[in-house]
Amino acid sequence: MPSAEEVMTVTDRRTGHGPDGARRPPEATLADETEAQARFERLIAEDQRIEPRDWMPEAYRATLIRQVAQHAHSEIIGMQPEGAWLTRAPSLRRKAILLAKVQDEAGHGLYLYSACETLGADRADLTEKLVTGRQKYSSIFNYPTLSFADVGVIGWLVDGAAICNQVPLCRSSYGPYARAMIRICKEESFHQRQGYELLMTMMGGTEEQRAQVRDAVDRWWWPSLMMFGPPDAESPNTARSMAWRIKRHTNDELRQRFVDITVPQAEALGVSLPDPDLRWNAERGHYDHGPIDWDELSRVIRGDGPCNAERIATRRAAHRDGEWVRRAASAHAAKRAARDAVGAGVAG
Amino acid sequence: MAFDNAYEALTEDAGGLGDRWAHGTGFQDALSGVDDTVPAGVDLTAAARHVLGLADDALVMAHRLSEWCTHAPELEEEVALANIALDLLGQARSLLARAAQLDPGLRPAGVPGHVPDEDALAFFRAAEDYRNVRLVEAPHGDFGHLVARLLVFSTWRLALLDRLSGSRDPVVAAVAAKAVPEVAYHRDHAAGWAVRLGDGTDESHRRVAEGLAEVWPLVEELFATTDAERTAVADGTGVDPATTRAEFADVLSRVCDQATLDPPGMDDRGAGDAPAVPRGRTGQHTAALRDLLAEMQSVARAHPEGRW
Ligand SMILES: [Fe+2]
Ligand SMILES: [Fe+2]
Repeated sequence: MPSAEEVMTVTDRRTGHGPDGARRPPEATLADETEAQARFERLIAEDQRIEPRDWMPEAYRATLIRQVAQHAHSEIIGMQPEGAWLTRAPSLRRKAILLAKVQDEAGHGLYLYSACETLGADRADLTEKLVTGRQKYSSIFNYPTLSFADVGVIGWLVDGAAICNQVPLCRSSYGPYARAMIRICKEESFHQRQGYELLMTMMGGTEEQRAQVRDAVDRWWWPSLMMFGPPDAESPNTARSMAWRIKRHTNDELRQRFVDITVPQAEALGVSLPDPDLRWNAERGHYDHGPIDWDELSRVIRGDGPCNAERIATRRAAHRDGEWVRRAASAHAAKRAARDAVGAGVAG
Repeated sequence: MAFDNAYEALTEDAGGLGDRWAHGTGFQDALSGVDDTVPAGVDLTAAARHVLGLADDALVMAHRLSEWCTHAPELEEEVALANIALDLLGQARSLLARAAQLDPGLRPAGVPGHVPDEDALAFFRAAEDYRNVRLVEAPHGDFGHLVARLLVFSTWRLALLDRLSGSRDPVVAAVAAKAVPEVAYHRDHAAGWAVRLGDGTDESHRRVAEGLAEVWPLVEELFATTDAERTAVADGTGVDPATTRAEFADVLSRVCDQATLDPPGMDDRGAGDAPAVPRGRTGQHTAALRDLLAEMQSVARAHPEGRW
């Protein structure tokens, strides 16, 4: 196990960039801007990376901030459904694996908030937006975890769907986001594996355990398909995001990919997926699946999912309860800096 | 559509599960790769008792730390606390397995054979059979309480482990040698926060001082010696916790000094004083441990034949 110190050095990147660090200087002329825009478009067309100090259209910046922040929020809120089982994990090995997994998710949140800060956003401000409901997180985390089998199914299906969504983002046009995604995807593939391995083990256990696995699969299957977002026809921003290469495939393409990969895994596991219309279509070379209840997705996104209020309340409470601690840390840092300055003055 | 295939990992050999985790491996076998010879002439019952106490301290403390998950004051602290909990959990697993190896009689009767020793001891023992000190039992309070408890616990544990790396029991020596740098980090982490909170704002000063006052009545017990420990010391496998008192007092007073906190009084326990009395180490616990175990053991006990 790497030392805790190593872990902290990796993740302790609170400083980020100044709020306006990446913006063009105010004295830039119209000619400069036209040239900068041409360069931006060339970089995108050549599939090169845009870096924080490069000029970028405001809409590109705003779209990315929204996308990356929502992703960061999802990592952090996503700690809750599984974290709820940490104190009840039925073996010490599972307790360690689950703790390491939930810890990874906190790390993912940190990388992504850092990536967001390179765009001029501020972590405290983003957190405020999350806890006041002004920014969203993945609606999947608004479902409850009812048995330990849910831990396995979340790893298999939810982390699995996240991988499908995220692997293409390793080639996102925005450099810091792409680099964060490379690192995150490596860990996610492991999250998926531990989940699948838990389910395999439980399926080899008692009849009661097998029933828990089946029940969890039934509950999580459709919400997992919804993780890819609305169908392409109702996803108005997809085209622009794809042109900017901050999205590399459409929602429906990614969803199809997930279904095609998951069906054989379900067969290997010995569970059936709760969709009577699910069958191989030789003509298309893909699995067909039944209609998705989009009303449910919009209900959950609107805030009417089973756990929306609880998830936000927990995050808000942690943030508010931690305020005095964060204030103490900055007060102490300020005192130290003042003492150091006096010390330096005396020495000089 | 050119997709990158993230699913390749799934088809790889699942036996290598450990090496791809971001933070933490060693999930598989608690004692793998360690020389587990039992040294000659050792009282096995006493040696096992001694190891069990050290294991239970780590297990219960790890559990309390894991309760902080999703409640930490900032994300960096989520990562740090989970990391400390993982270190302690790792120590607990190796030590539990060793305790059961030294004295198979510790394994609770009637636990199905497929349950590994570490889990039989963690999930199927009653509170009165736990041997942890009471310091680790209380439910988590605020962050000031956490910092105080972690500072006290890791300062004491580091002093113990330091001495145990010379144990005649090769497993205890190996676990201690690996754990020393881990717990040294835990102590530094807690000390860093004690200083930031103590010398931060009025509120943080008050809260960490209150935390220290709350845990202080449970400190004396840390230096009490049990019969099993005395025997283990005589056999060269154990450490007498009483020998850690001076180091503990010294570290605490230095941290408190930097943190502008009044160190709670530590008596010197001169020759005339009554020795500290073991409590948790002899199975006398607070009600909090029973509640903790009821939750921790609930799933394992609901499915004794289950496979995890
Ligand atoms: Fe993640
Ligand atoms: Fe994950």
